[in-house]
Parts: sequence; structure tokens; C-alpha cells
Amino acid sequence: MDAPRLPRIGVVKLASCDGCQLTLLDLEDELLAIGERFELVEFPEASSRRSTGPYDILLVEGSVSTPEQAEHIVELRARAKRLVTIGACATAGGIQALRNWADEPTWRASVYPSPDDVRSLATATPVSEHVAVDAELPGCPIDGRQLLELLTAFRVGRRPQLPDEAVCMECKRLGRVCVLVAEGTPCLGPVTQTGCGALCPGYARGCYACFGPKQAPNVDGLSRWLAIERSTPEVDRLFAGFTGYAPAFRDSTERAVAAMQPPARRRRRSNGEAG
Amino acid sequence: MHGTTETNARGDLHYEVGQLTRVEGEGSLDLRVAPDGSVQAQLRIFEAPRYFERLVTGRTPDEVLDIVARICGICPVAYQMSAVHAFESLFEVPIDPAVRRLRRLLYCGEWIESHGLHVFLLHLPDFLGYPSALEMAADHRDLVERGLRLKKLGNRLVSIVGGRAIHPVSVRVGGFSRAVRPAELDELRAPLEAAIAEAAATVALVAGLETPAFSRAPRLVALRHPAEYPMNEGRITSNDGLDLAPADWRRAFHEVQVPWSNALQSRAEDGVPYLVGPAARVALSADRLHPLARAALEATGIPAEALQTNIFRSIVARSVELLHALAEARDIVTDYRTPDLPLASWQPRAGIAAWATEAPRGLLFHRYRVDAKGHVREAQIVPPTSQNQAAIEHDLELFAPAVLDLPQEEATRRFEQLIRSYDPCISCATHFLQLRIEDDR
Repeated sequence: MDAPRLPRIGVVKLASCDGCQLTLLDLEDELLAIGERFELVEFPEASSRRSTGPYDILLVEGSVSTPEQAEHIVELRARAKRLVTIGACATAGGIQALRNWADEPTWRASVYPSPDDVRSLATATPVSEHVAVDAELPGCPIDGRQLLELLTAFRVGRRPQLPDEAVCMECKRLGRVCVLVAEGTPCLGPVTQTGCGALCPGYARGCYACFGPKQAPNVDGLSRWLAIERSTPEVDRLFAGFTGYAPAFRDSTERAVAAMQPPARRRRRSNGEAG
Repeated sequence: MHGTTETNARGDLHYEVGQLTRVEGEGSLDLRVAPDGSVQAQLRIFEAPRYFERLVTGRTPDEVLDIVARICGICPVAYQMSAVHAFESLFEVPIDPAVRRLRRLLYCGEWIESHGLHVFLLHLPDFLGYPSALEMAADHRDLVERGLRLKKLGNRLVSIVGGRAIHPVSVRVGGFSRAVRPAELDELRAPLEAAIAEAAATVALVAGLETPAFSRAPRLVALRHPAEYPMNEGRITSNDGLDLAPADWRRAFHEVQVPWSNALQSRAEDGVPYLVGPAARVALSADRLHPLARAALEATGIPAEALQTNIFRSIVARSVELLHALAEARDIVTDYRTPDLPLASWQPRAGIAAWATEAPRGLLFHRYRVDAKGHVREAQIVPPTSQNQAAIEHDLELFAPAVLDLPQEEATRRFEQLIRSYDPCISCATHFLQLRIEDDR
């Protein structure tokens, strides 16, 4: 009798730094075992063997930021039984999504002497604005343990157990001194989903929201509290980072980008339409 | 990996290698062979632009350190190092010598992780004939496991010093948000000793690999330091007499977007392609290598100069640097004491903040125009891969005639192997998209 077919994994990227797919290769202790339990049919960063699908599970890194990517993600979706976005770019747009409040042609012209030769959308948007997504792993970068949990859960056919609580909860359990209360350091831990191991407070920094907003975050409450000792623009720009395009942070980010780029003409686009 | 060929009306043979694999980011290769046999190579990069030069505009120096890390998930420390030195140089921040050592340790971790990844997981499969390290593991499990162990150690080092392996958080202008305690580094001592032996064996192994015949005499550019193997400090030097302060990259090089192309590419003033990265560094600073790395290189019998003439030998240079980084990390960990002043205070000032450091893939130049509040008004970031582009294409054109008559699949494999020898990081090179070279032959 033939051995049961292994689940086929694809790993692809859109606009991104490659760090989230690198997280798979950084599971050094588990990588060879993963290779025995799954068939990695498409992973161009790691293998010259290619496959256009179908995929049982497709891990997508990066945000949609060119016309080609907007078409490609629709094709990929059709070939994937399960599509999982990995990382802040794919789930929330990433740092490049700050251009969604800028005049993209102006930015393009300031970086490229011949901007007309560069194909780019006016926006960089999360995959979920384009196609249905089955699961999302947040983080900039994602956490390797969460990726492993996702793959394990898929392999045995159960729902992945991913944390859904604030960085603060994990930080407290780790017994860390609160940088916000004790040091007055601005920290987004109260509104940010954990997954990082409450990393930044452990290194005497405030959280800067790599994993994006937690469920029902009280952004206004935290912002008012932070604004007691600093200006509102300074508070807003804390949110204008790697998950600044996440809906819960979007208003703060919009104000921050406006304050940082006063000379540019500003246009807001909240959808992925081509520009 | 797949290639296609077609012939156009003029009789040009057009040879296309689809998406390059086992490189970071997305690119492809176009070769055009004219009826007279002359070859034109285009390394086409379709990585989406992310406009980092604009994303850092309006930001504070510490925000810039977090943002530029995101240019590359494989070498975030390099981006943080070039930026932090640029700002500290402009603001004249006094840096504790122990902070300098700790930064070197962090950079060693990134070199170990990046070189370990490339040597074992991305490059070695080319020499041993496998499409990936996972498939190579079926026959060479020991080698793949060795690579994973070395890579893991580099990642662990970056995690301890920087907080996490990808996009670390502790580097700040003035030092570290928190400098690690000596006890936190204790767990690294035994693994570093073991890794040094494994890396030394790796140098011998890769020196014995059969490499395609290829020889040219490239211009080499790398930092050179009076006492150390170049990482964070040193002057920009070349094998033909260049000698510049690290802030002065623009005096010898510039970026251009030629009108028939979308590319921003780096050029020396005379237009001659140049090579940055491990082969250039080993050739220019072999005398600064850790004694263990120098001994391992000498034991191979390959002269340091010979590493530069055949780019397929870059796996040897990279392995020598892997050993160097492990040995230096071991030495730093052994003597480490917590800095007296882990985070120096600083005052912003208006001016130009510019610096170059040695990323795993080569020279990485940053330049920021900063206003009186310390906010960035304008930025220029020149990654190693965009500097190597012209050399890659030049080498492809030299190499192509020997390969083009091979069966399609084999020729494609050879072209990819040549490109991978540069360890191109296409994600890094956010501001080049496509390159064309007009060949006048």
C-alpha cells in the first residue's frame, strides 16, 4: 500500500523583507522533521524545486503592493486549500503600508529618477483586502513557536492554539518591571497582541506593537494616558509603525503620518485599488 | 528552476532563467546572445519597491534603527549598525569601548547566521547536486545538521544580545537599551568552542569542492581597519588604491538609473564594476583574520588572492569568515564585562550622518540629512547587492559562452550557481528593479 500523501506546503512572498519565511528555516531543531512530515513543494528562497500548486497549505509573506501581486494573490488563492498569512506585512500591510496615507507618485519620484519605469500600486495592503484568508500569524517577524504550532495543528487536524491577550499579561507573568509605570517609557503593551515573549520590556524598551492590536484594544484610553506627559503627535507616532495600518491603529497612524510629512499632498486610500 | 530559450527576428538568442531560487527576494535573469556571439546579461529584479528612503523621513534616529532593520530579515543588524554609527558620528556621542565590543559580538552573530545559512542551506546544494538542503539531507544529513547547528548558534547570539534573531530591538543611538549581563552569555561558551572546530572542518571541506573554471581580476572594495577584521569601522579601500573615510562613499561611487532601464545601480566614477563581500574582504584583509581563520585558510593551500579571481570560490571566503566570526565571538564572550555606560546620552544636531559597515554580503552605506531636532529629512541607503549587480552581470557575460551550448537545464543550473555565489539579497536592494547593460562587442 502506498504511504499516505504528505500535505503539500507552499511558501511565497509579496512585498516584504523575507524575515518571516526565514523563521521557518530558523526552526533549526525542527526543520528536518518538518521536511519529513510535509512536502515543501514551493519555497523559492530555500529550494530550486518549484510547484504552481495545488497547495494544501500556502504560507504568504508580504503585502500586496504591485499590480502583478494583486493578480498573483488571486491565482494563488485558487490553488491553495488553506491560505495563511505570515507576518505584519501580509496581515496588516507592514511598514510600507504607511505610504497608504502619502502621495505614492511623489514618494516614487523621490527614490527613482525615472519613476514611470517602476510599477507599483499606490497602496501596500494586507492580503485579506484581496482574498479570503484562513489564518493569520501576526508579528514583525512572526514567532517561530507560533509557526510550529500552526503547522502541527494543521498536520493533526485541530485548530491552532495561538495567544490572544495583551503583551502586558505575558510581561506580568514573566515578572518584569513595568517600563510604563516605573520608568515612564511609552509602551504599547496594553493594546498589543503578545507572541514576542514581552520582548522589549525585557530589554528596557517600550513595546512598539510588532504583533499588532489585540482583540478590542483600548487605543483611545492608552493614548489619553500617554498624552498626559507628552504631546498628542508624539503619542500618535508610536502607532505609526509596522502594524500602523491595522484598523485599530489607523486613525493614530493617519494623524502621525500627516504630522511627519507636512509638505506632501495627502490622499487616503483604505482599499487596494491600483494607483 | 526553469529556463526558456527563443530566437527573435534579428537572430538574437534570448535565454531566460525564471525566478531565481535560493536567494533572498525575487529576481530573474535575461541573457541575450547576438548573432556574433556577444552576450548581454540582465539581472532582473522584480522585488516590489517599499520606499524605505521615504519611510525614514520625518523619523527620529532611534525610530530609524527599527525601520531600516526591516529592509532585510537576513541581515537586520547590518542596517542597524550602519545607521547607528552614522548618527553617533554626527552627534559625536561618546561610546563605551565595551559597547563597541558588544556591537561587534552582535555583528559576529549575524555573520554566523547569514554565512551559515548561505554556505550550507543555499550554496552547498549547488556543489553536491541537490535542489535544496532538505533534499540534500537525505544523503548528507550530517552536513545539513552541521549547518543548522552553526546557524542556530548565530541566531542565538543575536537573540541574547539583541532580543531576537530577526529584527533585534536593543541597539539604540548611544549604545544598548539594555546591555547583556556576562552570565547571559555563559550558555554560548561551549557551543562556540564546538562550532569553531566544525567551522574549521568546513573550510577544508569547501576548499575541496570542485568548482567551475572561471577567472577574472575584479576591482575589490571593502573596509579596512588598522587592527581588526572589518565590520563596524574602517576606511573604504580597494585593491587599486582607493582610501576613503566611511562617510565619504559618495566621493568615489554614485547611484544611477540609466534611461533605458529601471535600475538604480552603484557605479565607481570610472564605471568599472566592483565586487563587495566576503571574497573582497578576505583578499583585502587576510592579515586581519583571526589566527584560527587565517590558519584554516592557509591550510587549504588556496592563496587569498585566488579567492577573488573565481567567484565560485566565494564559498571558501564565506566559510573562512564564518570561522573568523565564531572565533572572535568566543574571544569577546570570554572577556566580556558589562559596559559602564551602556547607553550614552546625546543631543541631536543638524547635518549629514553617514557611515559604512560590512554587512555579511558586503559594504553597506547609509547617509541621512538630519535637522536640528534630529529628524531625518532625506536618506540614501546603498546595500551590497546593488553594488555587486554590475559585477554579477559582467561575470555572467564572461561565463556564458562556456555554458550556453550545454543542455538548457544544466546551463540554467550553472547560471544560477554563479549568481548564488554572490549571495545576492534582492530584498535588501529595495531600490533597484531591473538592470540592463549594453554590450558593445
